[in-house]
Amino acid sequence: MATIHDVMPAFELFQPTSIDDTLSLLERHRRSVWVLAGGLDTFDWLKDRNKRTSVVIDLSGVEALRGIRELPGGGLEIGATTTLTEIANHSVVKEKFKLLADSAALVASPQIRNQGTLGGNVAQDTRCWYYRSGWTCYRAGGNICYADTPTAINREHALFDANRCVAVNPSDTAPALVALDAQMVIRNSSGERVVPAEEFFIGPAIDITRMTIMEPGDLLTAIRIPATWAGATFYFEKVRDRQVWDFPLVNVASALKISGGNIQQARIVVNAVAAHPMRLHAVEAAVTGKPQTEETAAMAGDLAIVGNQPLAHNGYKIPLMRNLVKRALRAEATS
Amino acid sequence: MTAPIQIQEQPTGVTRRKFIKGVIAAGAAVSASSYLFRGPAQLFGQGSLPGAVERLMTLTVNGQQRRVDVMKQETLAMTLRYKLGLTGTKLGCDRSECGACTVLVDDVPHYSCSILTHTVRGKKVVSIEGLESPDGTLHPVQQAVVDEQGFQCAFCMPGFVMSTVGFLKTNPNPTREQLAHGISGNLCRCADYDKILTAMMRGADNMRRT
Repeated sequence: MATIHDVMPAFELFQPTSIDDTLSLLERHRRSVWVLAGGLDTFDWLKDRNKRTSVVIDLSGVEALRGIRELPGGGLEIGATTTLTEIANHSVVKEKFKLLADSAALVASPQIRNQGTLGGNVAQDTRCWYYRSGWTCYRAGGNICYADTPTAINREHALFDANRCVAVNPSDTAPALVALDAQMVIRNSSGERVVPAEEFFIGPAIDITRMTIMEPGDLLTAIRIPATWAGATFYFEKVRDRQVWDFPLVNVASALKISGGNIQQARIVVNAVAAHPMRLHAVEAAVTGKPQTEETAAMAGDLAIVGNQPLAHNGYKIPLMRNLVKRALRAEATS
Repeated sequence: MTAPIQIQEQPTGVTRRKFIKGVIAAGAAVSASSYLFRGPAQLFGQGSLPGAVERLMTLTVNGQQRRVDVMKQETLAMTLRYKLGLTGTKLGCDRSECGACTVLVDDVPHYSCSILTHTVRGKKVVSIEGLESPDGTLHPVQQAVVDEQGFQCAFCMPGFVMSTVGFLKTNPNPTREQLAHGISGNLCRCADYDKILTAMMRGADNMRRT
């Protein structure tokens, strides 16, 4: 339950108009700097005073970071500060990569989608309420986890890949981007690098204090989607407590290439069950070459949940995840 | 702490509302705003860094150019309510979780509690006060609220009306389900949702008639 503290603590504000200016500001103020995209993650931290910053860099004036461009070869490049509404409504995204449009359309609420950006949605911090309330847990630099105890309320926390921290990745667009083999374009003062979406998201085993591979000084500038899965058979489903606003309890994003009733290629990604979107490699391998039948779907669902380690209150996620994977395997072509 | 301000009784002709509006207009709310904003120069004791934004800005609100000194950390909701006297926009949660603060920025609904005023400097902001015509004629959606007797306490009303006006620009002829989805970013603690939807559907109808 948030407490209104009136105005946020003061910070200095820069509004650069170019990526180069943004990067030099990031470098110059690296002791205490915060990048502001849509603000829907930022202001929760700053208003609750559980994180603070001396400098905020507002990206709203950097035109080069916005927009959706078609790439030669049939893919798309989406600027990091493109809003979720723009992505959900974009004709080419809906036509070729409906998985991403569907996932973006289910994020939060209309006003949040109007302001929230794709880059922000993938780079967002976890919503574990102990962490968000300012308790100094592992993720906050301390040496304890408040959620992974017998009496903690951990109904939204992880089933897999817990490594001291049991928080989950709450993004809806992240699993869609992993399923589409997206590439994240990151720039810093040394240059540019491109990271596959699956490697962009990290778990506590790699770094318990970060959700993504980005380090101080890095700026996510664009997300590239190759033509590989354009027009494939997509399925996205998000299960949440209410029909609006809430983060996913579990979501699934899948892309299937089906020919002659058989699954030729598959990408199946589940989120909100681990600190990173989980690509179900074993399930993908098991269904490749199989006919798209109820039997295959049931097998996929059962295989997907293997290795789960429930906490006191999140056991319901096990059948939920199994059934979502089953539904994904039953998906029918939309075009 | 200043001495308590005497509020005059009704019979002498000054209502509480008029008085408070006068206080805001005269800037005599300095004592209140300095509690909220801790004075103009506070920034960890430093001045502005070179290249940073200027505090004094012109904001286009409800068709007017308003000149206002805006702190860097000020949200649009705070500026509208406490510096421009436009208290129609409400603060319910201040966390983008309720929709009471919804305004239109370039005709698109936004949670004004979760956007910095400096971010919307070059944009067109419309709040609930900006819907009626200069001659006082209510906007078709506002008229629908009156005609349908929508809302109970109506604290959520400005947010719902702004959400609806913004949504109808993208879909002027929605079904009840489409409208419900379009304004799903607004909550009503009185749970008046069914009647609110009816009023907003009537508003959509009024819009199509104009």
